[in-house]
Amino acid sequence: MLCDNCRERDASVHLTSIVNNEMKHEHFCEQCAAERGLETSVAPPKHPLGDFLQAVQQQSLPASPEGGKCSFCGSTLNDFRATSRWGCARCYVTFEPAMRELLRRVHGNSRHAGIAYEPPAPVLDENATILGELKDRLRRAIESEQFEMAADLRDRIRGLE
Amino acid sequence: MIDLSLLPDGGVRWLDASGPHGDIVLSTRVRLARNIEGYAFTARARDGERLRVLAQVREAVQHLEVMADSAQFRVDELPPLDRALLHERHLVSKELAGLDALHPLRSGAAVFLGDRLGVMVNEEDHLRLQALQSGFALTQAYEAIGALDRGLGQRLPYSFHPEFGFLTACPTNVGTGLRASVLIHLPGLVLTKEIGKVLAGMQQMGLTYRGLYGEGSEVVGNFFQISNQTTLGNAEEDLLDKLVRVVGHVIEREAQARKVLLRDAGYIIEDKLWRAYGTLRYARSLTFDEAMNYLSGVRLAVGLKLISGLSVYTLNKLLIFSQAAHLAYAEGRTLSESETNLARARYVRTTLEQESGAVG
Repeated sequence: MLCDNCRERDASVHLTSIVNNEMKHEHFCEQCAAERGLETSVAPPKHPLGDFLQAVQQQSLPASPEGGKCSFCGSTLNDFRATSRWGCARCYVTFEPAMRELLRRVHGNSRHAGIAYEPPAPVLDENATILGELKDRLRRAIESEQFEMAADLRDRIRGLE
Repeated sequence: MIDLSLLPDGGVRWLDASGPHGDIVLSTRVRLARNIEGYAFTARARDGERLRVLAQVREAVQHLEVMADSAQFRVDELPPLDRALLHERHLVSKELAGLDALHPLRSGAAVFLGDRLGVMVNEEDHLRLQALQSGFALTQAYEAIGALDRGLGQRLPYSFHPEFGFLTACPTNVGTGLRASVLIHLPGLVLTKEIGKVLAGMQQMGLTYRGLYGEGSEVVGNFFQISNQTTLGNAEEDLLDKLVRVVGHVIEREAQARKVLLRDAGYIIEDKLWRAYGTLRYARSLTFDEAMNYLSGVRLAVGLKLISGLSVYTLNKLLIFSQAAHLAYAEGRTLSESETNLARARYVRTTLEQESGAVG
């Protein structure tokens, strides 16, 4: 379908308007539509990471002091650049300076203002605790050459293990 | 095939149009992103780690009263059609269902589904909690998810940083981890061409919009999902308050636009909307986009009281049950594209026929 205005280019903007209770269909090419000030589409939401990724690309971010590798998951800033995802919770500490800058760009803020959270106290495995304690005592018994007590402790540890 | 009768409410109670502004707002969803300390985030975790995450979550969910009647689905063990069905019902994300070309199905992917509550495991984050409500009901959805979150957080150590808040794989979710969204039908604003301005204004207010299926999905049938853009730097209540205020305003603008349409183009609109009904009532083949667009027209007609005797609940059900996986499920076999279009037209026709006695 050709543009109603220039009759040269293909029409890609289809306008339906209601004038005096009559429906009117018009078809324009992008250029003629723009000249008439028609909004051709709703702007897609801007990708919030766009600016940041561009900054990473241009190396304008401070390098991380640990040589840029997370000690827990092994992720680097390059991995983040490729996927836009961090590898683990530790990355937030490893890349802290870059992180603050990134979060400011994405959220306009880098400080959490929502609910505070306390993780549950770790449920101690009773046997594991006892075992640790016994091993500690065994070590001290050997160091102080109390061999009878050490033999006794060793048997108890074997029993538990 | 998957047994959806295991779900407390078929997982579709949020469709019943019983909530506030049910004719304009289909549903409200609040989701929280959480990770569990001690494991790499899902995409970087090994298979074994993901399975341990799942085992830990399963143990915690069993102790929660709010999830007492929940059903568990090992998404990673379901055939593609069942995964698509859960996704079409808005119960799992595209990524968890492994339907996204960028994110193949992961081992350990699972979902626990309770009454309008869900816990996705091994999504982009270890946990994605979600609460769904009918209509415009942000407060109720947040209360429901808050109880679930507190219950799980007392049993699982979440990854939390005093400065950055709840830590997530994608930095766009960090802080509160909260994304609240409202699925809203705005044909009046689209027809009066006001929608561009409204969406631009919303974006300036720090809100964003997406299509029917969230991130990356297109707007069809004039359905928009409006949600908060940022998750860090504001308290949960402030993020929700803003959404309540802006969506309230959008609802008012939509109502005004509908009045203008009726006033300035009464018979044209009436004719157009009845034609949409006529097409749905008699067509023999319908594509998904066609069905969505005509359903949008009929929904508008019901809202404008140009068509009576048709419930919003029926229209909501048509929206969900006329999707490809639902049609295949109803027919008991996989369908080609043309078979799907035939089955869709048949399903829509039969459903409307059942209520046609009262339609006028």
